[in-house]
Amino acid sequence: MTHATEPDKSRQGRPAGGPSMAGTVLPLAGLALLALVPLGAPGMQLLVNLALAKGLAVAGVSVLLRAGQVSFGHALYFAVAAYAGAFLMTALPGADLALVLLAGLLGAVVAGVCVGLFVVRYRGIFFGMLNLAFSMIFWSFLEKFYHITGGADGIRLPRPAVLGMDLDRASFELVLFYLTLTLVLGLGWATIRWLASPAGQIFQTLKTNETRLEYLGVSPRRALLWGYLVSAALCGIGGALMGVTQGVVTPEYAWWIRSGEMVFIAVLGGAGSVRGAFVGALIYELVRTYASAYAGDVWQMLLGGFLLVIILFAPRGVIGMIETLAHRGEARK
Amino acid sequence: MTPTLFLLALFDGIAYAALVFIVALGLTLIFGVMRILNIAHGSLYAIGAYATVSLSGWALAMGLAPILAFPLMLVSAVLVGLLLGGPIEWLLLRRIYDKPEVLQLLVTFAVFMILEDVQRLVWGTRPYFEATALQALGNVTVLGVTYTVYQLILLPAVAAALLLGMRFFLRHTIIGKLILATTEDREAAQSIGIDADKVFLFTFIVGAALAGLGGALASPTTSILPGMGADMIVLSFAVVATAGLGQIEGAALCALMIGLGRSFAVYVWPEAATLVPYAIMVAVLSVRPQGLFGSSSARKI
Amino acid sequence: MKTWLLTALCAAMPLTAAAADKPASLKVGMTTFLTGPASVFGVPAKNAAEILVETINAQGGIGGVPVEVSFIDEGAGAETLTSEYRRLAESGGADVMFAAISSGNCQTLAPLAEDLKVINFMWDCGTQKIFEEHSYKYVFRTQANATPEMLAAVIYLLKTHPDFKTIAVVNQDYAWGRDSWDIFRTALMAMKPDVKVVGEFFPKFGSPDFSTEISRLQALRPDVILSTNWGGDLDTFVQQAAQRGLMNSSTFVLPLAESSLERLGSSLPSGHIVGARGDHYFRHPERRDDDAFKDFMARYEEKTGEISVYPVFHTAQAFAALQAVYEKAIAANGGDWPDEDQVLAAMAGLEFQGLGRPVTIREDHQGIEAQLMATSVQTGDHPFATLENIMIFDGADITAPVGEVSVDWIGGLDASFLDQVGVATYAD
Repeated sequence: MTHATEPDKSRQGRPAGGPSMAGTVLPLAGLALLALVPLGAPGMQLLVNLALAKGLAVAGVSVLLRAGQVSFGHALYFAVAAYAGAFLMTALPGADLALVLLAGLLGAVVAGVCVGLFVVRYRGIFFGMLNLAFSMIFWSFLEKFYHITGGADGIRLPRPAVLGMDLDRASFELVLFYLTLTLVLGLGWATIRWLASPAGQIFQTLKTNETRLEYLGVSPRRALLWGYLVSAALCGIGGALMGVTQGVVTPEYAWWIRSGEMVFIAVLGGAGSVRGAFVGALIYELVRTYASAYAGDVWQMLLGGFLLVIILFAPRGVIGMIETLAHRGEARK
Repeated sequence: MTPTLFLLALFDGIAYAALVFIVALGLTLIFGVMRILNIAHGSLYAIGAYATVSLSGWALAMGLAPILAFPLMLVSAVLVGLLLGGPIEWLLLRRIYDKPEVLQLLVTFAVFMILEDVQRLVWGTRPYFEATALQALGNVTVLGVTYTVYQLILLPAVAAALLLGMRFFLRHTIIGKLILATTEDREAAQSIGIDADKVFLFTFIVGAALAGLGGALASPTTSILPGMGADMIVLSFAVVATAGLGQIEGAALCALMIGLGRSFAVYVWPEAATLVPYAIMVAVLSVRPQGLFGSSSARKI
Repeated sequence: MKTWLLTALCAAMPLTAAAADKPASLKVGMTTFLTGPASVFGVPAKNAAEILVETINAQGGIGGVPVEVSFIDEGAGAETLTSEYRRLAESGGADVMFAAISSGNCQTLAPLAEDLKVINFMWDCGTQKIFEEHSYKYVFRTQANATPEMLAAVIYLLKTHPDFKTIAVVNQDYAWGRDSWDIFRTALMAMKPDVKVVGEFFPKFGSPDFSTEISRLQALRPDVILSTNWGGDLDTFVQQAAQRGLMNSSTFVLPLAESSLERLGSSLPSGHIVGARGDHYFRHPERRDDDAFKDFMARYEEKTGEISVYPVFHTAQAFAALQAVYEKAIAANGGDWPDEDQVLAAMAGLEFQGLGRPVTIREDHQGIEAQLMATSVQTGDHPFATLENIMIFDGADITAPVGEVSVDWIGGLDASFLDQVGVATYAD
């Protein structure tokens, strides 16, 4: 029928019949490998956990990139969710982990509806700036209303119970690690499915031809709002997981540099690619941690240089490189 | 609020707005012409300040007159424009004009990260304070409150001169007209023989020099330390976005709004002072997303 | 790097050593700001740590074991900080961690240290809440907290300016600025209820401009202006206030200004109250003739070109505590290298001396540290203000007793408290 419902071959990279290397086999193999981290490299477990939590948020940003929209304020949902979780733990000490994540998700979605209704009217740079403004308002609020939010020091997010059990840190972190991994698999898959669904295809048409949507009788604003909510929800779950993993939430969660970092990782992994979001987040955290451990105080410079190289020489990001390699491999077969 | 306090708040607001405007001017100029929101602008601002401190420290050590601090500010600004602005445009931005907006933004973000570390490697982490220029001008007392001439008179005067100068430059000089033509329609401008690459390079150098000048002018009033650029960039974003991207006169007005809003808040409700710029920004953008003076379709400068 | 890995490998090999044998090195992981605005404290601390480790190792290490220190940047963000902290504590084999400068980071890392079962010295952060709200087995503090620091400032102010009537405050808008004002105001109101607070300003952290606040203060004309600002914010505030003559009309109380003396140069006039977050001063009146003190000050100045500031003293205290506790535990263990439980046992009531007066660890793990307050004076001997009319207050008298919440305890004080606090006074 129209372009809107055609599967986007170039991006999906999925030849008819049978799963592709880059699309399915590699991600599953990667996840399986990550699942071994707590056994094989326990020192990396926390790092991977944080990176994957961040990856969920980045996946949210990537979803918007599919519609050609860049948000420079998605740290807002990350922070709203983390604070929602922390407030819940303060109000109900010993609450369950599932409840904390739900509170985070709910907070992010509610905030997403409120802000989304405003911002979906705009595109491009205005969309980005407006998102930035809202996240900075929230950041100032967190800093300012210090009696409620704990100010710049943030508030503790004590360890929640898991299915009614109080775990010690080691077992809790193990549970959290596998939960994060499951969420990455589940939500990542669901997001990819959603993007491939008619609703998702309509959403992506915003990038190429918005007028055509209107001719079809579809409201572009409503389509963008749905995508915006999906992205806010992903950011929210990422933020709640991050808060629980860290045990503390600070206004820095909403600071504009963190929003920038999310876009940074999205582009690093492969702009608009959900799989790329997680690959990007893992690479980013590894580079940052090891750069700050071994290159002392020039880690920012290394990351900046890394980003420049990616943008200038591999604009499709790491996932783009992987796909190219995989296709080459398949072609050879 | 008594009339006296009203006047005091007005003076403080104007002095603050002047500085913010000078920085925002470069940002909005670059955006207006090149459609690039330059995040590294904050770093250029900081480096302008550091360079001024180093140069005037060196001049003082050589026994030169304190008044020389003023020309040295200009020197630092030009150096920032030529030595940093030039290469950034020439080596990086030029390669990505055909790429999506997000990649252009990220390139400047990457430059920002790199320059943040460069500052620390060159100047260390110790805060600098070099107020020779400010002291050279002395103080005035207004309504029983002492102000520095530098902040009360010089900064607003420089801001006003830059505003008028920029208007004149763009509308009444050949280079200015070339810039405007390229802004309106890059292809058409090229087809009549305008070298758009040169125009972009020149614009970026001027914009970067304005960021450096902002830093140079701020340096006698504030501590120069790591992280100062990150704060300034958000504030000037707020000004530029509220005004409408690329709107020079609008940026002046919005800088005034934000400056005055902040200083009145300190008198009336100090707790809200830090919220003012963002509150104004969201209030304006939620009604007029293209900014107070911006138009969403055509770009204008 | 290579040797680190190698030693980590050796330490991990169970065959090479029985539990109580001496390790190849005593590993310390220290969090400090190498980037960001707080690096004005973090970098001096790192420099000090390097000198101290060199000194300790030149004297044969601790119990014959050389000390090895590695640093974590607190400015690199919370994720990096916690993952690096864990890496050092777990696979990196750190024996003792020193964390942190930021109170927020202390609040994050203290429970983490407890869960990782690694001994942690809170070497610099100010918040008094940590031991008042929770109790820890593995976390200790080798310095005072905000309560004695602020109480000392109030007492010094009341002793030197008994008749002032009005006060205004300009603090940074974050937890330290708010909490320190809470303590200061509570203490002031308890001991001198007739003082009027005429202005409370909380400009944002990292504010480049205090002009509006200064205009407002000039119109208000308070007798005393308190600011617990530090680093660049303090420098900017004092410079701008000095430029506009505010420092001639009001007395400033600057509890962290010792760390800015050198940078402020001639901008800090005589007659303002300066504090040092403990008894820290590069010309400490009780220590300046001491050889070890003189030697360290000279080496630090030679290495950095700057005078020592309080984070340097706090670092020295953390290393002194490390040395003292291991020596005590070795002695208690009949000369053999102690295991972790023996070290923990030795922490009880530990006394150690860095570059100030001796510090003791109280039963709630809080360190009891003396507090130095003084008045600035431009003598011309240095290109910056030095201190005169120095008072050193006994830490035990001004620290909230074990089990008490600081603000409640301070609220119950009255004017007679002023005379109950042990104090030594020096002309300069």
